[in-house]
Amino acid sequence: MSTHNPVQTRKDLLTIGDLSRDEVIQILDTAQPFKELFTRSVKKVPTLRGKTVLNLFYEPSTRTRTSFEIAAKRLSADVTNFAVSTSSVVKGESILDTIDTLQAMQVDYIIVRHSCSGVPEYIARHTHASVLNAGDGHHAHPTQALLDAFTFREVYPDMAGKRIVVAGDILHSRVARSVFEVMHMLGVEVATFGPATLVPKTIPSYVRLLKTFDEVLEFNPHVLYLLRLQLERQKANFFPSMREYHNRYGVTMERFKILRERGTWIMHPGPVNRGVELVDDVMTYPRTLINQQVENGIAIRMAVLYHLTPEEQKRLPLPEEIRS
Amino acid sequence: MNENVVLNAEDVVAVIQRLAGEIFHKTGTEPIALVGIQTRGVTLADRLAAELASLGANFVQGTLDISLYRDDLSNLAALPHIESSEIPFDVEGAHIVLCDDVLFTGRTIRAAMNVLLDYGRPACIELAVLADRGRRELPISADYTGVKVETGAEDYLRVHFQETDQEDRVIHYTPEAT
Repeated sequence: MSTHNPVQTRKDLLTIGDLSRDEVIQILDTAQPFKELFTRSVKKVPTLRGKTVLNLFYEPSTRTRTSFEIAAKRLSADVTNFAVSTSSVVKGESILDTIDTLQAMQVDYIIVRHSCSGVPEYIARHTHASVLNAGDGHHAHPTQALLDAFTFREVYPDMAGKRIVVAGDILHSRVARSVFEVMHMLGVEVATFGPATLVPKTIPSYVRLLKTFDEVLEFNPHVLYLLRLQLERQKANFFPSMREYHNRYGVTMERFKILRERGTWIMHPGPVNRGVELVDDVMTYPRTLINQQVENGIAIRMAVLYHLTPEEQKRLPLPEEIRS
Repeated sequence: MNENVVLNAEDVVAVIQRLAGEIFHKTGTEPIALVGIQTRGVTLADRLAAELASLGANFVQGTLDISLYRDDLSNLAALPHIESSEIPFDVEGAHIVLCDDVLFTGRTIRAAMNVLLDYGRPACIELAVLADRGRRELPISADYTGVKVETGAEDYLRVHFQETDQEDRVIHYTPEAT
C-alpha cells in the first residue's frame, strides 16, 4: 500500500474526469482508514482543525449535505451551512457576489450543489477555497461515484473485468454519468438500461446499451445499480405511468427472485422509491448495499476533503516583519 | 554526505534484545501492549515482541498511523499515504509501550499519544526507541533507548531493518564539511 507514488496536491474536485486513475485509487485507499475510525470511541481526527467548510446548497439535499457535514466534523473542521432559501440569494444576489462575500470570510472549503451544470466550476475559478462538486444539474456528482466505487471494491477487491448495469433515468442523472466514468476507469464493464426516452444519445461509447430486462439478466452483472426515478423532474411524459415503469424497468418480485438466486449485489444512491425502482423485499436482502453506501459516503468525503488543498490565502505578517 | 555506521547487523539484534530485557525487567508478566508507529516502529515492535515472547512476557500488539495527527500537513507538497491503525485491545487502563525507530523532535510521539488518547484513557504510556538523535522540540523522552547519537540539524539518521530494507543497520549521515 505504501508503495504508491504521492500524488501532487489538487485544489478542486469537480468531475471524475479531472482525476487520474492513481488519484482515484489513492482516494479509495485513504477512505479505508477513515472508515476504521468509525469504530473508535472518538470518531474524530484533528486533521482539518481550524479550517472552515461551507455547505453551499442551491438545491435541497438532506443526505448529501449531512454526509459532508459529518465528514467535515470528523476531520475537526468547522462547518457552516449556507441555506440558500433564507439567504440574500433569494433577494437577488449574484453567485459571484456571494462568492466574494464567502472569500472575505476566509472559508477554506466550499461544497456546492446547484441545479445548473457548471456552477461549481465557475465558483472554483473565482475563489482560493477548494471547491467540491456535490452535484450540478445533470452533469456530475463525483463524490457519489467515488463512494460507489469504494462500496463495489469492498465486495470485489479486484474490480477489473467485473460487470455493472446502471439502470433507470440516465437522462436526468448526474450520478449515472459519474458512475460510468469511475467504473470504466477502474476496469469494470459498464452497461446501462432504461426507458428509451430517458437514455440520452450521448452516453459514452464504452457503455453497452441494454434494451430489456432479459438483456440485463443475460449480461449478468455482479452489481445492479438502480437510479432513483426523479419524480420531481418528470414533467414531460417520458413514460406512461409509475406502474408501467416498475413492470418494465424495475426490480419486480419475479426478477428479484432470479437476482437473489444468482447473488447479484444491489446498489442505489437513495432515497428509494419503493415499488418503483424495486420491490420492498429488496430492501431487506442481505446483498443490498444501500446502507453501506451511506456509511462509505462519509469516509469517502473525508478522504476527498483530505485530498484537496486550498490555495494559499494571504497570510498575516510575522512579528519580525512588523518590527522591521 | 559522510556515512558512519552507528550499529551494524549484530549490534541491532543485541540492542533489541537488551531493550526487551529492560522492558521485561520492569513489567515482568504484567500485561502490556506494544504499539508500533508506522512503518519502522511496527518492525521494532515485532522484533521486541519476539524477544518478549521468549522471556515469557504477557503482551498484545497494535499499530498506529499518525499522518492525520501531524501538525505540518499544510506545509507538505504531497500528502502522506495513510496506513491503517490497528488497536485490537482496550486502551482504557492499558499499560502501553510505544515503539519507534528514531526519536528526534518528539513531534511524531506527541501525535502518537494524541491518537492513543482518542481510543481511551491508558494507565500509562512508555516509549521505546532504537535510536535517539537528540534535538527535541517538545518535552518528551524515551523510557527505553537503544543508542544515543549526537547529531547536527542537517544530519540524517537512518534505521534499516531486514524486513523493510533487506539489512539491519543504523547509519548516521553528515553533510560534507565545506
